[in-house]
This record gives sequence, C-alpha cells and structure tokens, in this order.
Amino acid sequence: MSGVNDFAFKIGTVNGTGSASANGLLMQAIFRMGIPVTGKNIFPSNIQGLPTWYEIRVSKDGYTARPAEVDLVVALNPATYAKDVATVRPGGYLLYDSTWPLDPTLVKEGITILGIPFGRMCVEAFERDRDRTLLRNIAYAGALAALLEIDMPIVEALLNEKYGHKKRLLDANHTAIRLGYDYAKAHIQCPLPFHLEKMDATRGSVVIDGNTACALGALYAGATVGAWYPITPATALMEAFGSFCEKYRVDPETGFNNYAILQAEDEMSAAGIVIGAGWAGARAFTNTSGPGISLMQEFIGLAYYTDVPAVFFDVQRCGPATGMPTRTQQADLLSLAYASHGDTKHLILFPANPGECFELAVASFDLAERFQTPVFVASDLDIGMNDWMVDRFTWDDGYQPDRGKVLDAEALEKVQRFSRYLDVDGDGIAARTLPGVGGKGAYFVRGSGHDKHAAYTEDSDAYQELVDRLRRKFEHAATAMPAPVFHRREGADVALVTIGGCDAAVREAADRLAESGIVADVMRIRAFPFGPEVRDFLGRHEHTFVIEQNRDAQLRSLLTIELGVRRDDMIPVLDYGGMPLTAKVVVDAVSTHLAGVPA
Amino acid sequence: MTSIAKPLVRHKQSRTNALGLTIRDYEGGMSTLCAGCGHDSVTAALIQAAWELDLEPHRVGKMSGIGCSSKTTAYFMKQSHGFNSVHGRMPSVTSGAAAANRTLTYIGISGDGDSLSIGLGQLSHAIRRNVNMLYVLENNGVYGLTKGQFSASADVGSKSKKGEANEQSPIDPVLLALTLGATFVARSFSGDKKQLVPILKAGLKHKGFGLVDVISPCVSFNDHEGSTKSYAFTREHEVEVVHTDFVPLRREITMPETEEDVAVVQMHDGVSLRMRSTSEQYDPTSRDSAYAHVRACQARGEIATGLLFVDESGRDMHDMLNTPPTPLVEVPFERLCPGRDELEALMERYR
Repeated sequence: MSGVNDFAFKIGTVNGTGSASANGLLMQAIFRMGIPVTGKNIFPSNIQGLPTWYEIRVSKDGYTARPAEVDLVVALNPATYAKDVATVRPGGYLLYDSTWPLDPTLVKEGITILGIPFGRMCVEAFERDRDRTLLRNIAYAGALAALLEIDMPIVEALLNEKYGHKKRLLDANHTAIRLGYDYAKAHIQCPLPFHLEKMDATRGSVVIDGNTACALGALYAGATVGAWYPITPATALMEAFGSFCEKYRVDPETGFNNYAILQAEDEMSAAGIVIGAGWAGARAFTNTSGPGISLMQEFIGLAYYTDVPAVFFDVQRCGPATGMPTRTQQADLLSLAYASHGDTKHLILFPANPGECFELAVASFDLAERFQTPVFVASDLDIGMNDWMVDRFTWDDGYQPDRGKVLDAEALEKVQRFSRYLDVDGDGIAARTLPGVGGKGAYFVRGSGHDKHAAYTEDSDAYQELVDRLRRKFEHAATAMPAPVFHRREGADVALVTIGGCDAAVREAADRLAESGIVADVMRIRAFPFGPEVRDFLGRHEHTFVIEQNRDAQLRSLLTIELGVRRDDMIPVLDYGGMPLTAKVVVDAVSTHLAGVPA
Repeated sequence: MTSIAKPLVRHKQSRTNALGLTIRDYEGGMSTLCAGCGHDSVTAALIQAAWELDLEPHRVGKMSGIGCSSKTTAYFMKQSHGFNSVHGRMPSVTSGAAAANRTLTYIGISGDGDSLSIGLGQLSHAIRRNVNMLYVLENNGVYGLTKGQFSASADVGSKSKKGEANEQSPIDPVLLALTLGATFVARSFSGDKKQLVPILKAGLKHKGFGLVDVISPCVSFNDHEGSTKSYAFTREHEVEVVHTDFVPLRREITMPETEEDVAVVQMHDGVSLRMRSTSEQYDPTSRDSAYAHVRACQARGEIATGLLFVDESGRDMHDMLNTPPTPLVEVPFERLCPGRDELEALMERYR
C-alpha cells in the first residue's frame, strides 16, 4: 500500500510536553514540499500527563481521511507502547527513544525497530531541564526528516520563521533538529522505503482548522456580537474571532472596537445574549458543543417561536453528559433538528471541512436573517480542531449580507398597520422591525402565545395559525439550503449517503470499493431541512448505506421522519468511538453487508 | 388579556412633556394583575418617570422574564419595543440587545423569583458586566402566578398564607448588588410613589446597571398578617435612610448647593442627584457605609429604603468592550468585512 508520498505515521507522546510544535512543524514542512498532507491530533481532556498522539497522513492522491493503520510509529510514551505497536502495519517501523532499554512490549514480529537516544542526546546538548524536555520533540522531528526525506532547508526556514525573534530559542531548535537528523543519517539507512519527494500539489491550498475557518466566516459575514462560554472543542472558535477582530475590526481612527465579545456566565446566558443582539438587529453568534446545546434548549425554542435570527456553532464532541470532550462525534443531529420543547424544527448546516466551515458560516448568517430563526452550523471536533489541507478561501467583494425582510421607518410609512407575524408573501416569513424604529414599528416579542399581530393569545385558532406559519417557513427554507454534494459513478447500484466530516473517508471508500467491483454513488448532505435533491437521490439504488458518526443512526432517522424513506431501506454504517472516520470502516461494512446479500 | 387596550381619552388640560406627549401616551395595555397589586403602582411610577424624563417611547426597550412582575412590561409605554423572554434570563437578552444597540434605554422588569432563584446567576453577571439598564425588581417574597410558594427573598419566620413559616435564609438583592460591585443600588416601596419616581428617574439616567428593589406586596398570596412583605408590615417598618431629589438640567436649583447634609451626585449627562441622608454616619456614595447601614437596619427589623448607593464613575459594559458611540447595528457592512484582498493576504499565514 505505502510508498513514495503515500504513507502515514504517528507520534505517541505525553500531553503537556511540547510535542505540538514539533508535530505542526512536520506537517507544515511536508505541505511546503507540495505534497498533500493531513494531521490528526488525538489528545486527552487534560492539561498535562496523559497520552496524546499526532497522526500524519501523506497522500499524493489527495486522500485526507484518517488512516486505519500507520507505516511508522514514534513511540515516546511508555504508557501506550502496546497500543501504539498494534497500529503499525505488518512490515512497518517503530522508532523509540533508546536512552532507555527496549521495552519488551515494543517488540512485534514483522515490525522493524529503530532506536535513537533522544533523551540522552538532549541531556548532553542542553543545560536547562525545560529545554531537555521540550527539545526532545524537535530532535524526533529531525530524525523523521532524515528517515522520510523531509526537505531540511524547508524545516530550517520554518524554524527561522517561528523563532527568528528569539535568538536563544532559535539556536536551540536548530541544534535539536540536527541532533535527530544527524544521528539518523549516521546510524540508520535513510530514507525508509516510504518517504517524501517534492510535488506541486499544494500551491492552491492552505492548512487550517475548522474553528478558525468558522471564525473567519463570522468576521466576513459581518457578525458584530459573539457570546460564549468556554467549552472544548469550541473554545478556539471565539478566540480566533477575537484575534481576527483585533486585527480587522478596530477602527483605525478612533480606536473603538466594531465588535463585542461577551464571555457569559454559562451557555444559557450566551444564547440569551445572541438572541437579544439578533432582535436588536446585529449579526450575532455563539460557539459551543453538545453540553452547551443541551443548556440552550429553552432559548432556542424562544428564538424559533418569536422569529429571532441567531447563529449557533456546535462543534460536536462525544456525548452524552460530559462524555469524551476531546473525541469527535456527530451525535447532536437529532437534538439540533428538534431542539427545545414543543413543536420545533431548525435549520442546520453540515460543513465537511474547514473550507466549508468558512463558506457555510457566512451562509448561516444570511439564512438566519432571511428566515428569522436559529441556524446551527454543526461542525465537530475533528473538523474544528484538526489541521486540514483545503483550497485557499476566496471572497467575492460583491457579497452583500441578506438582512431579510426588515421594515425601516420609511417602509413603515407605507403600511396601514404593522403586524409582526403576518405572512404577507405566503413564504412563512413575516417582515420584522428593529427596536428603535418609531411610528407603527413597535411590537412586543413574547415567548407566550401570540397571534399574527404579536398580541398575547390563548386562542386555539390564532395559536395554530402562527405555528403553521412557522412550519411553512421551515418547508420554504428547504428550497434555500445548500444542496448536497454528489460523486456519481456510471452504473452505480450502491448509494453511500453521508454527512459532515465523514466526507473524506466515504469518498476514499467509494474509490476502494470501485477497485473491488462495487460501484457506488456518494451523496453528502449539507443541510437540514433536506432539499428536493436528497429525496430524488434516495430509493434509486439497489443498496443504500447511511454512514454517520453516532450510535443511533440519527441521520437515517431524520431521513425517515422528514422524507418518509423506509427505515429498513437504509443500511446504517455507524462509527461512534470518537475517532475520525477511516475509509476502512466504510469499505468493510459495505463489503460485508453485500457479501451477505443473496445474489 | 394583555392585548386589551385602554381607551385613550385626552383631556384638554392634560400637561405635555418636552416631546409634546401627555402621560397617557406612556401607558400600555390594561393590567391583568390582581386589583391592588403592588406591581401596578410600580408601573404607574415608571410611566411617570419616563414621561417626566421625556423619554422617546420608541427608543426604549422593555425587557422581562417570566412571572407576574415580568408581565408588567405590557402595561406601560405601548409604543416602546418589548421583549418578554424566558424565566430568569432577561439580563442576558438585555446584555445582547445593549451590545448591539447602545443608544436605546433599557428597562428590565423582574421579580424576586425571576431574579433571585432561577435568574440569580444572570442578575449577578449582568451586575458584573455593568450593562447599561434600569433593573426593577418587584419584590413580594412569593411566587404569585403559581399561587403562593415562598420565594428566595422571603424572610425567616415570614408566614405563608397557609400559616407555614419560612426557614431558609433570604437573599437580599440590595446586599447582593452592593457585594457584586453594582454602581446604583436603591430600595423603595410600591406604596411610596413620591420616593419611587425620583429613584427610577435616577436609575434611568445612571450610566451602568441600576438596581431598584421595590417591595411590591402581593395582595393575593402575601398580604396577610405574619408576612414581612405585606403592605402593613412594609409601611410600619420602612425607614427612608436617603432622600433623593432628581434634578433635571432645565430645572433651576433653588436649594443652596452647599447645604451640609445634602450630597450632590453629578450624573453623566448633566443632571444631578441631591441626596440627603437621615443618619449622619451614612454616606450613600460609600459602598461600605451603604452595606453597613442596610445591615444595621435589618438587624433592627427595619427596611432601609432610598437610593442607598451610587457611583457615577464606574465603567459600564461599553467602556469595558471599548465599543464606539455609534451602535454596532449601524456600523456599515463595508467597515465590518475586511474584503477579498485582506483574505488573500491572510491566507499566506496558513501556508
């Protein structure tokens, strides 16, 4: 399988020891060599002392899904030796720190063991304890540069960019990288059979994480109010928004901030702030994860029932309860789709990667204001926190925000009477006014029963008229949501339906399956409610698989509930252990199922 | 039904304010509260205060949560914009609205259940955030809409209608606010409009969060003998510790400025407060003094009322956020979106 520019390796360390910068350095150096590369950080919910891994996949063909096994593991954490060895493919390699004697757990038939005394070399080369610990990481990066033929001038240039302003640190890093590099060159036959050769396949790409991309989308969409409560894995989204705002939103003349970020006392308050700001006419958003969504339920229902725009970024993690905060999942689908008590239905966008995070973040604000309703951007930990190679983001300066139907003072002059919830156009969307406008524009937002004039009511007909309008609005929204992405193959009799971050693995699986004669079309759904294209696609194949990252086949449930597709006509492929999906899971599930089907 | 409108009768001799509006123009829908409810008196005082301050009704946001008190935002200023949100969470909605549009006057109406139980966190953090708003806490010690359960402000020993005595220690919003750093803390009584109106006006003009705890008896569930939040009990035990006069800009000050026991507090837009303490040891511009005095009154079984503490030098939410005088909702999109060239340049950082 593996070869030049087509392999994967993994580094197992202890968190809090500074391996992140070495791993980032490796990833970025490979990217600058023009070779498609993906990095997955598998980290604990902890600050220091627990196992952490970084997986790097290099793929000349541009596959970005997590690899099922690796060709090389750098095992630097004795606590996970057994686990680490188990993921190395037969014929693969293991690199350990030979400062200490070889642990018998690391020995496995068919795997070549390489030892480099990183610890001892760093103790000899550096005097400070801190340097000795931190620079061991840079030393293994140097060794990998030799073993994999990572371009040293690029590595050294990256170190210069990063530490150029701190001479001592820069020198120490250069020394460390050389320690590993020179030792490997001198003692091990370099390069390994799988290694790197420069390509030109990353020119139009960037390496970025989804949280940063969502923040950039919010910035470009003109969001001015961000409210949040810190939570893994969503925290970095607002932090990135804050640093973008510091750069782009401080008025150069007055020094005032054209944005407001409020760190609230809890997620309920964050939701309230977003709804208050949305009511007042600002583009406002919050970033959270499953536990936050649970807490926000009541407010989400309020915004839905009173037609207030609000954007929620849900960077999903493993639930329920605290669950596994640093593991990924797509298990909030149902709780987002029908969030809050009573009859509610919500608009959801499902980005598959940071590129779509940027694009759909912008779209979320347009949809929220156009449909005057909560919109969720359902990202996940894998998309949000990992570095993905995606196309450079672009921006059309002709973009104008869709503010929806808003009556200003002038427009109000022309109407006889302003009725806040009157559906004039038949699309379920009633025109709103913003607080501060005079004349007939004032009305009373209330979470209690209200009629189309926004007046309090307990009348059955008036109540039903209002909630029926909300249903019409939702149905109308289905025609305006981003369409699914299709990857079709001639003569396909298998359909692979998926969502969000499963995208890369499912597309790769379709390629693998095609090699074994199983021809599959792929449909990746990008929004809820489902548009007509989703309905049209389903039921046209002999076998339809729905691939998602949760235990209960939530996407399949939504397809059944909303489109009436028979549940048993869709075979669930479920992966919910908290790791990014691999193509192997999909290939195995589909092949096994089809093998069991009588011809 | 809160949607029932009062008939608008305009008397020829009705006085008008600077905007040419009569006090009737500041009224709202017909109250659906019980006859004699303290909250209706607070509503009347608010109407009076807003009219006297010449507030433009459509430039006011009336904010509330859930409960009897929270219903009252429908009973005043029908030409204002209103938001009746969820239980205990009006402060966050107001924070968001204020962040987006700082030029409106925000009046939050809450109760002791809404503020001190389910909404205690939100109240506390709105104080810390120093949201620029008037926060009126209509305090009756009881859950009215659900028919008479004790609230968190019920005093120890105060009896319910059924005769049970409350044993849990009360939360005093005034002491809480003083502890949390509130810059405007007052207590009044719904039955004392003369005292309440100037306090509300001062609160509306205060820069930052203005808390007014108003003892506002519940005639249906907490106005019996043995209750410490009844009309009779409050009248007997109320002690006005600070007398406040609100002096608008255009009114000539006739009292000598140097009168010894009068503290003059200058507010941000030129109006001033003239505060006279009834005790020599009490300084309403000192947080510690206010706290000690309110505690001392409590120990004597007295309810200290008046504008108990004020600090006009505090930094409000907008100062802390460094937001411009122009509300964020009016900043043109072109100033918010960095545009294509900046994005292209930024992309280099991710290579």
